[in-house]
Amino acid sequence: MSLRIGIDVGGTNTDAVLMDGLTVVSKIKTPTTPDVTTGITTALQHILQSSGTETSEISGVMIGTTHFTNAVVERKRLEPTAAVRLGLPATLALPPMVDWPEDLAHVLGRHTYLCHGGHEFDGREISPLDPDEIRAVAQEISDKKITAIAVSSVFSPVNTSMEQEAAAILQEQVPGAQITLSSDIGRVGLLERENAAILNACLRPLARETISAFRQSIGNLGITAPLYITQNDGTLMSADYAEQYPVLTFASGPTNSMRGAAFLSGLKDAMVIDVGGTTSDVGALTHGFPREASVAVEIGGVRTNFRMPDVYSFGLGGGSLVREDPLAIGPQSVGYRITEEALVFGGETLTTTDVAVAAGAADVGDAERVREIDPSLITSAMARIQEMTDSAVDRMKTSAEPIPVIIVGGGSILIASPVAGASEMVKPDHFEAANAVGAAIAQISGEVDRVYALASISRDDAVADAKAEATAKAVAAGADAETVQIVDVEDVPLAYLPGNATRIRAKAVGDLALLPSP
Amino acid sequence: MRQISVDALDDIARGAAVLGTGGGGDPYIGKLMAQGALRRCGDVNLLDPMELADDDIVVPSAMMGAPTVMVEKIPRGEEIITAFKALQTYLGKPVRATMSCEAGGLNSTTPFTVAAELGIPLVDGDMMGRAFPELQMCTPTLYGLTATPMAIADEKGNSAVINTVNNRWTETLARTLTIDMGCSAMIAIYPMTGKQVRETCVLNTISLLERIGKTIRESRERHADPVEAVRQATNGYLIWRGKVGDVQRRTETGFARGEAVIAGVDEFDGQSLRIAFQNEFLVAQTDNDVLATTPDLITILDDETGEPITTEGLRYGFRVSVLSMAGDPRWRTPAGLAVVGPGYFGYDIPYVPIEERFGATNQSRERLPQHEGM
Repeated sequence: MSLRIGIDVGGTNTDAVLMDGLTVVSKIKTPTTPDVTTGITTALQHILQSSGTETSEISGVMIGTTHFTNAVVERKRLEPTAAVRLGLPATLALPPMVDWPEDLAHVLGRHTYLCHGGHEFDGREISPLDPDEIRAVAQEISDKKITAIAVSSVFSPVNTSMEQEAAAILQEQVPGAQITLSSDIGRVGLLERENAAILNACLRPLARETISAFRQSIGNLGITAPLYITQNDGTLMSADYAEQYPVLTFASGPTNSMRGAAFLSGLKDAMVIDVGGTTSDVGALTHGFPREASVAVEIGGVRTNFRMPDVYSFGLGGGSLVREDPLAIGPQSVGYRITEEALVFGGETLTTTDVAVAAGAADVGDAERVREIDPSLITSAMARIQEMTDSAVDRMKTSAEPIPVIIVGGGSILIASPVAGASEMVKPDHFEAANAVGAAIAQISGEVDRVYALASISRDDAVADAKAEATAKAVAAGADAETVQIVDVEDVPLAYLPGNATRIRAKAVGDLALLPSP
Repeated sequence: MRQISVDALDDIARGAAVLGTGGGGDPYIGKLMAQGALRRCGDVNLLDPMELADDDIVVPSAMMGAPTVMVEKIPRGEEIITAFKALQTYLGKPVRATMSCEAGGLNSTTPFTVAAELGIPLVDGDMMGRAFPELQMCTPTLYGLTATPMAIADEKGNSAVINTVNNRWTETLARTLTIDMGCSAMIAIYPMTGKQVRETCVLNTISLLERIGKTIRESRERHADPVEAVRQATNGYLIWRGKVGDVQRRTETGFARGEAVIAGVDEFDGQSLRIAFQNEFLVAQTDNDVLATTPDLITILDDETGEPITTEGLRYGFRVSVLSMAGDPRWRTPAGLAVVGPGYFGYDIPYVPIEERFGATNQSRERLPQHEGM
């Protein structure tokens, strides 16, 4: 038996599933609590009791959470942070945090330090690292009693050594230092990568506290299985790794839904629509993973270059308001108040759920209460809903070929007809818990994104180097070395650079060590 | 003369991305630097070219290098002053104003940094009317004006002043220095008189950039069609609407060349458009027809937001509109085409002006009303 528990801690609800290999054995949806852990404990207790499972039989607990994204967005529980950049005499024109929203910069404090160092695109030093300079910075940071530190060096995706050297000095001199290296998190684009490192650094104390609370929740119930946290690309990291890299959890919600949809439907290449209460998310699955967005992603108003799933959100949900003359669906919605406000539940507001019930497409609430709706409104509203969905799916498709469309989420009753361009429509069992399933089935990955000068290293050697590093990262995050495979390699020639400078990105994925794969 | 303040730079950078025709570097860095300079030093005076005295000296300024390096090895800030002052010293005369070399991309905002830091005005104009990859691709070249003496400087404090026998040599030697400096450098180039600015440069482009950027912003605020707004603001032609499919890139002779395929939608349904690029979009053609080529501008906008898309930003699934606008008339002369025509870039396609290709068929295309919630 391979019993795994997947938990998704969302903004409104905490969903949990117990999976035995490939089968969903038990599931629960319970409100997310402000302290997060109470909701998790409630969910776990239900799962264990309803399935009669012994805690000793559980082999892993996987949690996906938006807790850290929320902390950034709400500017709460963030640690004062020192941002150290190696690159002088370059980069002085735009110091760290130059374009941050003022309120967020204020919370972290603008403790920025520019030092000599950094590399050119081809690996030459811009200037040597000056240990005395770093020690002086360490002294200042220590005097301010700051422990959260981000270290970013120019072109560290080409050469990580200066970040590591500087970090070693800071670790030695600053009591309790918690250091994040930009090269561990981001790719080419100094400001975006540095921003990601700073965000990571300010979240680490919260990460330690939150993950410790997660461990306690599961420990208190007698579960001794290891804890994993899901990350932006739908793979897992060990709890230890997640304490170091909380920024990697930012997009895990939508990603888990998509991965869950892939698994529950058995399809690796498909479109996924997740219909919620207020919005729907559409993404494209390729080889079982969400396609990633390549443009700059803003978190809390800060520009980053995280690899996030490419998800298109639009204002259609189960609680969306329906207005006539002119016909409009959403974007306003009654959201979680649907059970009080929708007509079928005794309320006064015409929502998409009401229209779907009136059209005979769904059977919830009291259908009598929507019998009076003008039939032509029902028809045109359902048509508009279909149109919005068709358009969103078409926008996210990668080719004109018909492709399966998987529908998940509580609001999926709204989609009554096949989506244009769908080769088949799939609504799998347990569709309402797709996100928790996605967490439960996840594998472990490692990814690197580096710049190589192909004039001095052959493409084959560079790709091999990137693959080896990605593999090592996957193993460090908890993957079983024997199962690790390279799932993606990308190389992008860089314009106007001599020496055939090329960016090579490699991603390795493997099964959790000690566990068979689902 | 009018004042340009920090807030206007957002509009200018956005307009510059439209005229950047997919290239010109990421305007974000240039915009941030200029905003920093204006906050520190005050608003910049934008000078109408007509206000220049005949013998005023104007020295255009720019950043030169590889786009990848520019977003990673951000400038120090002083190198542009170093380059400018080195040239001023060499010329032995005071410089009245600076100017943009290239309206498209980040070199629209870079000269604002120079103007602010040195407390001199910026002339409303540039030397390309868009973005182009090489230094000789400036309208003064067509009049026999020399790009040199030019000065180039890096963040370490190195600087050089070079003189060349023709502007093509300027590109070659300056590029060599730029590469050794780490593929990111600041230059002061094409020193000229006020009279020469009026006669040889592309005039009033900074104002045009501001207008374009403002148009996009305001049409978004009004929920009007930003693509149509840009088309009107630039007297452009809507040559395609569709969904981006395959985007291929490869390096050839040191240049990143590529091609993007855009499957047509609505009135363009049934065909695909192929756009060839070398950092800038250069040729747009279907299987049967060539729709637009350099030196006319080809720009790709997000269909919904009107946001311009760079060649690096192009990817699968984007819904886009492709606009083409007439390049400066001087680029269309035989001499101009020899410098920036399709042939120079290696495309065996004759140049036909965009208004001839589209002529009477151009109109304001009625767009389908936008649905709420989409």
